[in-house]
Amino acid sequence: MGSEVEKKAVFDMEAAKVVVKELRESFAAGKTKSYEWRVSQLKAILKMMEENEPQIIAALREDLSKPELESSIYEIAMLKNTCKLALKEMKHWILPEKAKTSLTTFPSSAEIVSEPFGVVLVISAWNYPFLLSLDPVVGAIAAGNAIVLKPSEIAPASSSLLAKLVETYMDSSCIKVVEGGVTETSALLEQKWDKIFYTGNGRIARIVMAAAAKHLTPVVLELGGKSPVIVDSDINLQVATRRIIAGKWGCNNGQACISPDYVVTTKDYAPKLVDSFKRELERFYGKNPLESKDLSRIVNSNHFARLSKLLDEDKVSGKIVHGGERDKTNLKISPTILLDVPQDSLIMNEEIFGPLLPFILVDKVEDSFDVVNSTGTKPLAAYLFTNDKKLKEKFVATVSAGGLVVNDTTVHLAVHTLPFGGVGESGMGAYHGKFSFDAFSHKKAVLYRGFAADAFVRYPPYTNGKLRLLRALVNGGLLDIIRALFGWSKA
Amino acid sequence: MEGSIAELRETFTSGRTKSVEWRKKQLKALLDLINENEDKIFHALHQDLGKHPAESYRDEIGVIQKSVDFTLSCLDKWVAPNKENCLLFFFPAKGEVLSEPLGVVLIFSSWNFPISLALDPLIGAISAGNTAVLKPSELSPACMSFLSETVPLYLDNKAIKIIGGGADVGQRLLELKWDKIFFTGSPRVGSLVMTAAAKHLTPVTLELGGKCPVIVDNFSSPSKSKAAAKRIVGGKWGPCTGQACIAIDYLLVEEKSASNLIESLKKTIKRFYGENLKDLKNLSRIVNKHHFERISNFLKDPQVAASIVYGGSVNEEKLIIEPTILLDPPLDSDIMTEEIFGPLLPIITLKNIEESIEFINSKPKPLVIYAFTENETFKKRILSETSSGTVTFNDVMMQFICDALPFGGVGQSGYGRYHGKYSFDTFSHEKAVFHGAFFPEIEPRYPPWNDFKLLFLKLAYRLDYFGLILHMLGLKRP
Repeated sequence: MGSEVEKKAVFDMEAAKVVVKELRESFAAGKTKSYEWRVSQLKAILKMMEENEPQIIAALREDLSKPELESSIYEIAMLKNTCKLALKEMKHWILPEKAKTSLTTFPSSAEIVSEPFGVVLVISAWNYPFLLSLDPVVGAIAAGNAIVLKPSEIAPASSSLLAKLVETYMDSSCIKVVEGGVTETSALLEQKWDKIFYTGNGRIARIVMAAAAKHLTPVVLELGGKSPVIVDSDINLQVATRRIIAGKWGCNNGQACISPDYVVTTKDYAPKLVDSFKRELERFYGKNPLESKDLSRIVNSNHFARLSKLLDEDKVSGKIVHGGERDKTNLKISPTILLDVPQDSLIMNEEIFGPLLPFILVDKVEDSFDVVNSTGTKPLAAYLFTNDKKLKEKFVATVSAGGLVVNDTTVHLAVHTLPFGGVGESGMGAYHGKFSFDAFSHKKAVLYRGFAADAFVRYPPYTNGKLRLLRALVNGGLLDIIRALFGWSKA
Repeated sequence: MEGSIAELRETFTSGRTKSVEWRKKQLKALLDLINENEDKIFHALHQDLGKHPAESYRDEIGVIQKSVDFTLSCLDKWVAPNKENCLLFFFPAKGEVLSEPLGVVLIFSSWNFPISLALDPLIGAISAGNTAVLKPSELSPACMSFLSETVPLYLDNKAIKIIGGGADVGQRLLELKWDKIFFTGSPRVGSLVMTAAAKHLTPVTLELGGKCPVIVDNFSSPSKSKAAAKRIVGGKWGPCTGQACIAIDYLLVEEKSASNLIESLKKTIKRFYGENLKDLKNLSRIVNKHHFERISNFLKDPQVAASIVYGGSVNEEKLIIEPTILLDPPLDSDIMTEEIFGPLLPIITLKNIEESIEFINSKPKPLVIYAFTENETFKKRILSETSSGTVTFNDVMMQFICDALPFGGVGQSGYGRYHGKYSFDTFSHEKAVFHGAFFPEIEPRYPPWNDFKLLFLKLAYRLDYFGLILHMLGLKRP
């Protein structure tokens, strides 16, 4: 304990400078640019995951009481898949992309070359501490960067396991883990990075972006928001309910950036929907969900207090129709449904990030879009359950969010051909699949020109004839150019 | 001001700007604006910067015409969603990526290309379906007035507004909430813009500058060397007399080839621009007194002044500085550490041209690196060992008009990009859409958890479809 405190006190601005300096030297030496190096590091992550599954599951249980299956699938298996995809596709990703050139620059050829930014900082979150740390790191490695990873101190067992594993398995001259809280993060943010990738909340994101602004560092911000689920009436009720439950309580007990935050449905349909939820919730988590092993706990007492406050507000405390049970000692709140919650309540004005699901009621399902758009902020995800084609089209056209899913929840996370990121308050930039590689690459434009056919019109002395020809060259097709050359064009 | 922005938000919420017809109508109107006011534009550019109509056409009017034409011809394609493949596991689900406008955007343009750097980003904003405020630079007042007076006559006033003024206006605009900010200008102000944007988590594109070097290798034939010299002169003094983010800032050449190159450059300068300060033509002037003094001050350093091998004269009244070449000024002088943005060309000699890579890497990443060389190996080294927004081989400036190439910086030269489809993308949010199906339903997705479900999911994630089937038939051992 004593030495841990010592270690933490030592990581200040000077220490941060030293870390960045070392990584800059490694980067300048070309270590991370080598294809073999990138492959070796990705394979190391794979090995790290495979050889330490029980330890990872144990750390997640300690930090979040995360059910083994969630740890196994959402943190470990997903990450392994990300590595495998990168290992398979990287050779294509690193190839220059040919760009088409036009008559205006004839003769020429052009391409876009991906190059690493340099030394990047990845700051991750506490709810999926392994996935949200290593998923961006995979992208950064594939793109050839040197990396500092700052895991969240709110999941301390995971943070320290990550630090230990990365040091053991990976090339520490190029990839480092810096643990800690506000002090350490601030020290890191004062340094000049070539890219910062931040996963977390909007308040800290503003601090990160302002710090990045001092050095003109580009950022990716993966934030959150209130992800709505609009539920129409003529649907497969059981499937829809289960999918919403899986996305809400099945994802770290609602503590996920893309968890359904609230439901919008019609007054007429609500009773049926609520009954369906009650049935399925009991099927999944039993009569005493506080004792179910298949639910994560609330991460810490701060968040427990925050969520309790949302439930205790006068406006909503009478609206609980299911659940509401709390166990303060074990930091558990049972799956809770609140029906017909007012839009000016606390619970409807902050991202819930917990096991409470408010229902907003509307007269017609079409009115849901106004409810969603009236919150004034764009969420990371929005969900719609319907069989009505027109409603689907209106949803896609009018609801702005990072990503939309029709007739399911959260699964778009696993589709690597879809960019995963926010818009407005839910963030900027995207990743997953090739988008991760792109997020950590500078796309350098390259133009190759020859000496033949030098357009004399480019140079002074400027004359009317040249002006005519210039117009034709810039704007026109072949015919205009020929005409201009012969002095036949008008102006 | 807040009222104007509120009006823009209302317009955006009404959905009018999302319609492709509206966007095309605006773009066509912009083309009409340019075509019907060419003389006014030539006049304004001549007033602000002393630009010759040919330069104005080449760098400002022509650029916009080409940009609008290209956008109109591609817009239908760009707004169509991109279908994406989903894994077999999700069958029959479909995925797509749809570009949607960000909302109300703010564009800051600069004074050196006051028409094209204002309207080109605006084309991107309109094509992506946004409403926009354009804040032109007050350092090019005639163009700012032109835009303020003329744009409302052609474009949808409730969707696109020109707000003129000085730094105070810029500051007030930055305090408001925007859905995107596009800034062209200096790194110092770029940093202030990004800091202001951070308060609202507004994404930004920063098109900045830097010291763009030109590497000049030896050529096998004298005609190529001559052509190179021509292009270098055109690329230094052609664009607004060196006041351009992509103008050549300094030149790197081998010691032994320096004098021939300098002779070539001198000849070309005289042919293009005149023999001396009195007879100077075909050149813009320096934008204002402040910049005139800033550039003249570079030459006040005695060691720098001693390195002048051509030019050096100035006309303070007319704000003209003649094309000036310097040979090996001290590397720690201001002229070699700050972006020149003017008609002074320092030439740095090296023992071996390959040293240029190290030299360039000792400075912040520039917007462009130009390299004149026939050596394919050297080209590859430049590409892989240096970093810049763009690299252009054997020419200058041309990358700017290549619609297929992204135009933007890296590091101190900025981030984000535009031109062609990149303009559309920079003002769009690429929204992922996953269309799921109710059937088939996969039971193992749901708790209560057990080993069967765990193994099922593991196999699914491994895309081990065969193993999945075995498992479901009870034939797979865990």
